[in-house]
Amino acid sequence: MAGTTTVRTGGGPGEQDYIEDVVRAGVIATIFWGVVAFAAGLYIALQLAFPLLNLGLEWTTFGRLRPVHTSAAIFAFGGNILIATSFYVVQRTCRARLFGGPAPAWFIFWGYQFFIVMAALGYVLGITEGKEYAEPEWYLDLFLTVVWVIYLVVFVGTLLKREEPHIYVANWFYVAFIVTIAMLHIVNNLAVPISPFSSKSYVVWAGVQDALVQWWYGHNAVGFFLTAGFLAMMYYFIPKAADRPIYSYRLSIVHFWSLSFLYIWAGPHHLHYTALPDWAQTLGMTFSIMLWMPSWGGMINGLMTLSGAWDKLRTVPSLRFLVTSVGFYGMSTFEGPVMSIRQVNALSHYTDWTIGHVHSGALGWNAFITFGVLYYLVPVLWRRQRLYSDAMVAWHFWIATLGIVLYITAMWVSGIMQGLMWRAYDELGFLQYAFVETVVAMHPFYVIRAAGGLLFLIGALLMVYNLWRTARGDERAETRAMPALVLRPTA
Amino acid sequence: MRFSHAIFEKNAVMLTAAVLLTVAVGGLVEIVPLFTIETTIERVSGVRPYSPLELMGRNIYVREGCYLCHSQQIRPMRDEVERYGPYSLAAESIYDHPFQWGSKRTGPDLARVGGRYSNEWHVLHMVDPRAVVPESIMPSYPFLADRKLETKAIEKHLKANRVVGVPYSDEMIAEARADLEAQANPQSDTEALMKRYPKAVVADFDGNPAKLTEMDALIAYLQVLGTMVDFTEVKPADVKQ
Repeated sequence: MAGTTTVRTGGGPGEQDYIEDVVRAGVIATIFWGVVAFAAGLYIALQLAFPLLNLGLEWTTFGRLRPVHTSAAIFAFGGNILIATSFYVVQRTCRARLFGGPAPAWFIFWGYQFFIVMAALGYVLGITEGKEYAEPEWYLDLFLTVVWVIYLVVFVGTLLKREEPHIYVANWFYVAFIVTIAMLHIVNNLAVPISPFSSKSYVVWAGVQDALVQWWYGHNAVGFFLTAGFLAMMYYFIPKAADRPIYSYRLSIVHFWSLSFLYIWAGPHHLHYTALPDWAQTLGMTFSIMLWMPSWGGMINGLMTLSGAWDKLRTVPSLRFLVTSVGFYGMSTFEGPVMSIRQVNALSHYTDWTIGHVHSGALGWNAFITFGVLYYLVPVLWRRQRLYSDAMVAWHFWIATLGIVLYITAMWVSGIMQGLMWRAYDELGFLQYAFVETVVAMHPFYVIRAAGGLLFLIGALLMVYNLWRTARGDERAETRAMPALVLRPTA
Repeated sequence: MRFSHAIFEKNAVMLTAAVLLTVAVGGLVEIVPLFTIETTIERVSGVRPYSPLELMGRNIYVREGCYLCHSQQIRPMRDEVERYGPYSLAAESIYDHPFQWGSKRTGPDLARVGGRYSNEWHVLHMVDPRAVVPESIMPSYPFLADRKLETKAIEKHLKANRVVGVPYSDEMIAEARADLEAQANPQSDTEALMKRYPKAVVADFDGNPAKLTEMDALIAYLQVLGTMVDFTEVKPADVKQ
């Protein structure tokens, strides 16, 4: 099998030669931004239940804080773990130090943090391009482009100087993530500033074309940031944590290329029944449904890697998060194609069902796999024998899982209910509900959703404490989860 | 020669190039025709560039993230057409940089909110939404009524829009500041303004004649939304895509 994930000595650098400081910094940044993202999410969830929390101040309205939440979750929390793990994985699977040494890697790290902080400050102050998930204004877009090109050079440069004959599959996914995000970011954000000294710009695209460019970008931020990049993590860390090779190499080839090809077409499913021409909507729907196959190819490859090693779920703390995340990945990549069918979308679009769907992916897949990777990486990077507490990992797992279940079920109910209320007619043929009646009906579900978010945040804070003590080298005295009895191996 | 996947596994440049080719196809096939197929934009009349005051109001709409809770895109379904009005056409947002169709209706669709409510209602609603809709969960925006509208760069705004394709004429740019002030002042001579921007609503939108505020601009924008096309004149063939 190509690209074994174990580090061999001789030839390439030993483990001590890899650049790890920047990976450690990335891990810390991931944890920090994760807490920020979850807390911001909880706050804006509470604003929807209790509007007084908008405080009547311009900087604290839902409209300005919502991009803070989404950018912190996707780009800060997700982006940092992607960059950190890509540096970690590419060095080990190539048996090569990062191309260019520590300096460009540190520039990428700090440049990315600067981008995030400036973007978030801008949102709060009302500086935005007004495109969902692409809110940063032109000057930050340009800056990020520079950082990203250097990132691509460092990553591909490291691949080029590798000692391993083959490029390991995780690295294909990292390449797809970096290259595609560059393409999407540049095209979607093309804009003309009103002056070189003004933060305000006008995007070059307009109306229906802007809508499709935006959702070509938006859906593939999901496809290549939150899927391809995180699949790269799956392809390295699940085999490592389970100490098993990837289930099927052939499957990884087939699903890599089909996922990369098909995902890009799916954007128009965000624009069903809009002024986007029908042919484009139909293409988007068709490819979204086809996308189900490569998505589940990835899920099967991840889950089946554990065949014969399922008992490790009890003994390897990180594995529980990693495996559950793949389960959530499978679930949300099934739900997505269903929602992309026009007739389903007619009901689900504009409702909380979409929000629930996004969070089953973001919390269940992206955050859970990140937690699993963090529980794996922190002892490795800080040279500790074990985590401070395995029991706290179990608590984190169950509290967070309960939080997700509350979140997505509340959103399913409120979304479907609101969709049905909007289209309900009374026996005289009049619309049965005024819009505001549907808003009132949402309230209990907004409270339940916020409770789910609170649980998720509490779980994350447990993780922060656990990892902090782990990094310090503390070990909590506790009965460790061991197999209850060792069965005699059957011949 | 038999094809082998090893070529991508052993050559990082080949891999990167193949990935770029693979991901480029879908976008090219879907996006480019939107610029080349003429029927993408329906043949209706009345859609014009935003007046300077409306444009500044639109920028406030974008700045406050209104699109995160309000869509501007009515779908062709019985309940939506009854609730909000004729379904939205691509032609109606050809000058929207960026588009503001939205993706979520925490609040109602605003594509045709123009003319639905009085200016006074909008002021009350923006300052304290629960004063007029007790069950509303919208944030309140009292600061819009206090803050003077920043108009220094109005010509630059129009010029940048012209660069990205909005047909603002030299005259429109030269008269931008005058048009902006005239639209918020019912006492002014608005003949030239109305010629340049037909159907523009002229009013002291915020009820405070002493000051041209952000509230004036935002309401001017809301009042023009969805009003440019006269749907009594539209024939089915005009809207075929």
